[in-house]
Amino acid sequence: MSLSPDVCKKMYTTMWRIRLFEEEADRQTNLGNVVGTLHMYCGEEAVAVGVCSQLRPDDYVLGTHRSHGHCLAKGADSSAMMAELFGKATGTCGGKGGSMHIADFSLNMLGANGIVGAGIGPTTGTALASKLRKSDQASVCFFGDGAAARGTFHEAIMMGSLWKLPAVYVCENNQYQQWVPRKNVAVIDSVADMAASYAIPGVSINGQDALEVYEVAGEAVARARRGEGPTLIEARTYRFYGHSLGDEQQYRTSDEVEKWKSDSDPIQILGATMQERGWLTDEEDESIQQQAAAEIKQAVEFAEQSPWPTAADLETDVTSHSVGASS
Amino acid sequence: MKTMAFNEAIRSALHEEMERDESVFVIGEDVSTHGGPYKVTEGIPEAFPGRIFETPIAEAGIVGIGVGAAMAGMRPVVELMYLDFVTCAMDEVVNQAAKMRYMTGGQARVPMVIRLPCGIGRLLAAQHSQIMESWFMHVPGLQVVVPSTPADAKGLFKSAVRSSDPVMFFEYKRIYTSKGEVPDGDYTIPIGQADIKREGEDATVVAIGPMVQKSLDAAITLEDDGYDIEVVDPRSLSPLDVDMICTSVRKTGRAIVCGEDSTFAGAASEIAAMISENCFGDLKAPVRRIGSPHVPMPFSSELVKHVVPEKSHVIDAVNQSMAA
Repeated sequence: MSLSPDVCKKMYTTMWRIRLFEEEADRQTNLGNVVGTLHMYCGEEAVAVGVCSQLRPDDYVLGTHRSHGHCLAKGADSSAMMAELFGKATGTCGGKGGSMHIADFSLNMLGANGIVGAGIGPTTGTALASKLRKSDQASVCFFGDGAAARGTFHEAIMMGSLWKLPAVYVCENNQYQQWVPRKNVAVIDSVADMAASYAIPGVSINGQDALEVYEVAGEAVARARRGEGPTLIEARTYRFYGHSLGDEQQYRTSDEVEKWKSDSDPIQILGATMQERGWLTDEEDESIQQQAAAEIKQAVEFAEQSPWPTAADLETDVTSHSVGASS
Repeated sequence: MKTMAFNEAIRSALHEEMERDESVFVIGEDVSTHGGPYKVTEGIPEAFPGRIFETPIAEAGIVGIGVGAAMAGMRPVVELMYLDFVTCAMDEVVNQAAKMRYMTGGQARVPMVIRLPCGIGRLLAAQHSQIMESWFMHVPGLQVVVPSTPADAKGLFKSAVRSSDPVMFFEYKRIYTSKGEVPDGDYTIPIGQADIKREGEDATVVAIGPMVQKSLDAAITLEDDGYDIEVVDPRSLSPLDVDMICTSVRKTGRAIVCGEDSTFAGAASEIAAMISENCFGDLKAPVRRIGSPHVPMPFSSELVKHVVPEKSHVIDAVNQSMAA
């Protein structure tokens, strides 16, 4: 897919939708309507949006514990997502998953995942399924730099390469593994360099630049579809919030955070580029933001008005032997 | 009917299911070379080229790939060379395969069979002889299937492949070569249905896996004492056919539950507890459990003989129950 003003506008719009969805979810947490915790994607929007803009609806995406952005970028409905965060019956997972397990199988978004690095094997599995069915569907796994330390990273990417599977492994290197700076615990600076161990291409890119992500992801997805095997992309990025809500963030300075926000906000970067190219007027920009805000307002209303799951739902969906299960 | 060894019965089921359904494929270590460690996949690579994946030694990766392929609509048959190696893939089994359907509110299906050669075979000590059925019984979302005969193995394996949820398929290594009559043609045995392997009036022996044959042998010996023993094989530990087990115990009034795994917190203990809870008023004697002591499997044959319960243990337990 070549870059067009329409693609850019769609990416820009989706980034705003992700940003406002999360800021609202944070607000709803403070109001007590969303409980548990949230792992915020704010600051990393260009990665999900740049990659997913290269995907077809039937391509597979698997995420992380920080996956609101991946879901929205793959096309999930913000109302059903917000309802899931509220724990309501109308949520994407009927209130059984919450933020860390949000999923929409109708879009082949096979789920966020609460275990770091746990999506890399299953993504290799969806890619194997495509190969067995002789389909050119691509499979994309998003994971953090912390996941690159897990054995699952090694085992799954090795087999993805061995069988030349149509997978794209996208590492969102936000430089912190929960509270620990990557530089304190990593022996290799760039996750992309690890690709050499698996004889696949590894590319390190600026994850704040949606257009760069879009271009590199496009090449990786095309390579996957051609049956040439996986690519490892390291998108260098930054999370504007802490690891999860309530994180005191004593491991980094507020100056560092503010500098990233002022100099490297992916939404501002894309907006500025589009304005330079004459692809976005101030009026359009305002309209995009207003529409996104209206959508999120509606999502909250939907979540608020939705029914709670009941005790009758508790034991459904365990297995096909569950109460009332079909198959 | 045809006489078949236990491993042949599973191979036959696998072959028929791969023929019937193109979404079935095999993945595991050494599954192509020499027909796999227990000859279960012998002939499969030739019959179904491109549908058997011999992997590097990477259990977490193997099971994780199975989870993803299953969620994408395939039906992976995953072989772990020894059950013990499942500990290298516990996240994939427990946090991923088992919970996907629930966590996604019923969107996900993980139709995957994990084959688990288990228990004692050759003397391979503590890391190649475990059973661990109860570990997986404890996890909602998993089915735990333990066949004891070639006929059951074939029918249950077919049901496992066709199931929409993950199945932990326990294959006791010591009975791979045991033979039995297997019905001709396509048949399935529903997961969750126990089987009365021998009818009797005086005591119920609930026997898991290889303990079934040992209990049947014990029942023949006990005939001489005038005891008429009923042997119930749960065949599936999760879901568990509580109704059939309890119906038998209510009839006989006596229950002995036996498995080869450690008695402490083992499958037999859960069954014993359910019997006590449901059949207390009908019991003429306390429920007894037979299993192994709570020790790692030793290497020396002199030590091993004190670990694995045999026919004599069943006879002793029945006698104690009858005397109570």
